[in-house]
Amino acid sequence: MLLVLEQCLNGLQLGLLLFLVAAGLTLIFGIMDMVNLAHGSLYMIGAYFAATFVAWTGDFVLGAALAFGATLLVGMLLEVIAIRPLYGRDHLDHVLGTFGLVLFFNELVRIVWGPAGLRVPLPDWLNTSVQLLPGLSYPTYRIAIIVTALAVALLLYILVMRTRLGMLIRAGASNREMAGALGVNIKLLYTLVFGLGAALAGLAGLMQAPILTVQIGMGENVLILAFVIIIIGGIGSIRGAFVAAIMVGLIDTIGRAFLPDILRLVMTSRGAATVAPALSSMMIYLVMAIVLVVRPQGLFPVASK
Amino acid sequence: MTTVWFTPRNVVVAILLVFLALVPVYSALTGNAFLMTLFTRILILAMAATSLNLILGYGGMVSFGHAVYLGIGGYAIGILAHEGVGSGFIQWPLAIGASALFALGVGALSLRTRGLYFIMITLAFAQLVYYFGVGLDRYGADDGLQLYRRSQFVDPINMSNRTQFYYWCFALLVASIYLTWRIVNSRFGMVIQGSRSNDRRMQAIGFPTYRYRLVCFVIAGVMCGLAGALLANHTEFVSPAMMHWTRSGDLIVMVVLGGMASTFGPLIGAVTLLVLEETLPILIKFAATPFVGAAASRAAEYWQIVMGPLFLLVVLFARGGINGLLESLRRD
Repeated sequence: MLLVLEQCLNGLQLGLLLFLVAAGLTLIFGIMDMVNLAHGSLYMIGAYFAATFVAWTGDFVLGAALAFGATLLVGMLLEVIAIRPLYGRDHLDHVLGTFGLVLFFNELVRIVWGPAGLRVPLPDWLNTSVQLLPGLSYPTYRIAIIVTALAVALLLYILVMRTRLGMLIRAGASNREMAGALGVNIKLLYTLVFGLGAALAGLAGLMQAPILTVQIGMGENVLILAFVIIIIGGIGSIRGAFVAAIMVGLIDTIGRAFLPDILRLVMTSRGAATVAPALSSMMIYLVMAIVLVVRPQGLFPVASK
Repeated sequence: MTTVWFTPRNVVVAILLVFLALVPVYSALTGNAFLMTLFTRILILAMAATSLNLILGYGGMVSFGHAVYLGIGGYAIGILAHEGVGSGFIQWPLAIGASALFALGVGALSLRTRGLYFIMITLAFAQLVYYFGVGLDRYGADDGLQLYRRSQFVDPINMSNRTQFYYWCFALLVASIYLTWRIVNSRFGMVIQGSRSNDRRMQAIGFPTYRYRLVCFVIAGVMCGLAGALLANHTEFVSPAMMHWTRSGDLIVMVVLGGMASTFGPLIGAVTLLVLEETLPILIKFAATPFVGAAASRAAEYWQIVMGPLFLLVVLFARGGINGLLESLRRD
């Protein structure tokens, strides 16, 4: 039972990280009508920045903050240079153009940081565990991730729903010409939104950095998971992304942890050992397929423009 | 109206086809085996790109998971060979059948949606199969599966003979280009193209476009599955990397680079992209040597940093692809 609880927490943590990536992706799509494959690269860049800045400053929190800011800047720069000419074009153009950017970033990282993976050490105060329940201790850092991501999700909600900037963002999403005609600087708004999305992806990457090895291509799997999430949640919906991200995180983690045991109940243990790894990595795609059959527009469809 | 055959585009295509037909001759005369290996690969991937062009170029269905059929076709050959079934008469129909079945399933689901959803769903289903391949411990998982023997057919057909295999690939490529051309110019193809321009209007006229598009999707899947079977025979190796999502991206690049919705565009695109992949490192080394000296050969390793932005430039400035550029020469 405790094991189930622990896996649920792991799933929640994965889900929240995925939400940070998916939120940016869905925001950029909802507002700019833009497919950004390079979003996973920004996640990777965030992690690499974290590795560099943490080593440079010697302080984890300071390094992470610098990495967050740096990813924000890279995102805004990227928007101005490469993404802006793609607005208003076909989705196919977006896919192709940003696919080129993915190759570019992978190669750039290889040049700057080298082909070997990097490790980000945790400071001692985060490298402990907390006794949550009798018999269940959980790493402090993972709890810190959950808390930070929840806080960021809340801040994002407040930003979009309660502030003037959020109002402009929503106005830009529902009718960009009208918002522009009313004097909103759409270009600047787009750059800001893209930077925000990039920074969220970078944050997810830098928080994941101490748990995984920082390596080239680390953003690609996350990117595709984020796609699955925004399909399940409904493209353009942040609320949908939140629910779907947690769902995907839980299903993936719990599937990987318990599917072999569950399969062993219905088949031979050798058969289960063969099928389980393949099946558990397919689980979320199966969920996506089911959602598509039942609700092709996702769980929380955004009213079409 | 008379058709003008002697256009820059047609001349380029004719030269290209003659060149492709003569590669084994050149290779036999000079003993350059690498060139033939490279061009066998190019022919096979051009066939995959041709199949993608059918749905992407003519049908407007942006499938971002098309490489999955290369994997399915390849794995059908690889798994059967691994289990001791070497006959091509069993392997190839099964490869085709598996691709058709998968395309039918994915198409039935994904064609219910449009635009961005379609792109992402085809990608996600391709990833599903990719991870399934990675998880297949019995068949090499991540490391892939070695083919001990190429597909066995009856006597005059010998896949292990590299020259003969090259011409089989060439024949199948030409056949698939011809088939695509016939499909596109048939009533069926008109419905597909009409549905790309305005699906609602086609439905209003009375065409059940969903079924038409699904059949088209399956045809493209089968064609690409066949290319996968060829690819497995060519490399004598199958691995999940065959259906990695970047491979699907490469196929889209080939189609767009060559020219979407054009008969020979995918072939031109495949040749250009793959030859560029081979020559770009050499070009970079050549261009960088005067400036950085010995470090140039290291710089050449990073050729993808040029390739990526190149895609972006093609998207921004050359929407019709090479085919479009050649066509525009004609008006001058």
